[in-house]
Amino acid sequence: MSSIAMSITRAEGFTAPGPGDFDLPPIGPDKTFEFLGQTMYLGVTKPMIQMVLVGVLVFVFFWAAARKRAMVPGRLQYIGEQGYGFVRNSMGRDIIGSKDFLPYVPYLFALFFFILINNLLASIPFFQFPTFSRAGLVYTLAAISWLVYLGAGMKKHGVVGFLKHTCVPQGVSPAMYPLLIPLEFMSNILVRPVTLALRLFCNMFAGHMLLILFALGGEYLIVEMSAAYAPVGILAWLLFIVISFLEILIQFLQAYVFVLLNAMYIQGSLADEH
Amino acid sequence: MQTLIIRASEGELNPLIPHPIEIVLSLVVFAILFFAVKKFVVPNFEATFAERTSAIEGGLAAAETKQAEADAKLAELEQQLSEARHEAARIREEAREQGAAIIAELRAQGQAESDRIVAHGKAQIEAERQQAVTSLRAEVGNLATGLAGRIVGESLDDEARQSRVVERFLAELESGSGVN
Repeated sequence: MSSIAMSITRAEGFTAPGPGDFDLPPIGPDKTFEFLGQTMYLGVTKPMIQMVLVGVLVFVFFWAAARKRAMVPGRLQYIGEQGYGFVRNSMGRDIIGSKDFLPYVPYLFALFFFILINNLLASIPFFQFPTFSRAGLVYTLAAISWLVYLGAGMKKHGVVGFLKHTCVPQGVSPAMYPLLIPLEFMSNILVRPVTLALRLFCNMFAGHMLLILFALGGEYLIVEMSAAYAPVGILAWLLFIVISFLEILIQFLQAYVFVLLNAMYIQGSLADEH
Repeated sequence: MQTLIIRASEGELNPLIPHPIEIVLSLVVFAILFFAVKKFVVPNFEATFAERTSAIEGGLAAAETKQAEADAKLAELEQQLSEARHEAARIREEAREQGAAIIAELRAQGQAESDRIVAHGKAQIEAERQQAVTSLRAEVGNLATGLAGRIVGESLDDEARQSRVVERFLAELESGSGVN
């Protein structure tokens, strides 16, 4: 969003949504501080509250579902078991392998529902803000993923063994090593956490931006512009509804992909063959 | 909103630069969630799954035992049934033989009885015939005598003839005395 485009849109009276729409002011006094050349709010903001709320909600729900341990589950226990079994079996057991998936199930399980519910809050009335459109919240999860899959590999193969296992491709003549080893190191060790973080963050950020654009743009076309533009505004609102459903799908998919890739990285670290 | 527009226009806001408080908060919240889930949720689910699996396996084993028992019982019952059929056939055969024997015996008895009755009847008839002959003979004698008497008596009824018979008799007697 260049300042020229910004000024053009403002000249016409419409303020296009930008990154500023994600920098919500805190509840209470909005003091600011400087960090990496950015002015930031100091205080409790909406995404922070959402994140804590989701943490509590996910734990309380699954704790309540799991505690009865009935042979024939009731409705709550059934839903809990389905959710847990989905992560455990389709992402844990099927990807990591039935031999050593179990220690990673709590991590994958907590991660999946933490991301999923936080994403879904973007489509739930009164919240309507994707928690993970805040980069800081996502970087942490990507960093944890990075540590988990590196830790898993190093625990199994040792530090040197793991680096060799990850960076030295097999079945390739040693002449190619100077070219391939840096490449493998880049893609397997350096880039993975970055792509993990950016994928989740950008999807949430862009999806929400798109929704704001269609909602506010449609409103502007209907309310502020001449009557000839009103049908376009209504079309924008219809698209807004369609895209909202698409967003719900994306919110689920991003949670799924994030955890699936975690499981695949762990599997790659634990595998005996490269 | 005013400050936001100003900031956006200044080109300052970079959404990729993380908010330090958010980094820390995310770490803390996820760590707490992870440890809570690991300690209080996952063990319960795993225990439930394990219990259910063992319950199902136990149920299967019990069902297999039951099935084997039922099979054994069925075989036993079938054997009993065939034995019972065999026994029934034997009894039926025996009964048939006995019945035939009884019929034959009864027939012989009946024959003997009828023979006896016939013989008895014949003897009785013979006796009665003898009696009848005897009594007839007596009766015939009487009748003959009576008839003869009647025949003689009627000739004596005529007084003139009687007196003539008597006179002739008397005359014969007189001449007879002289002669004789």
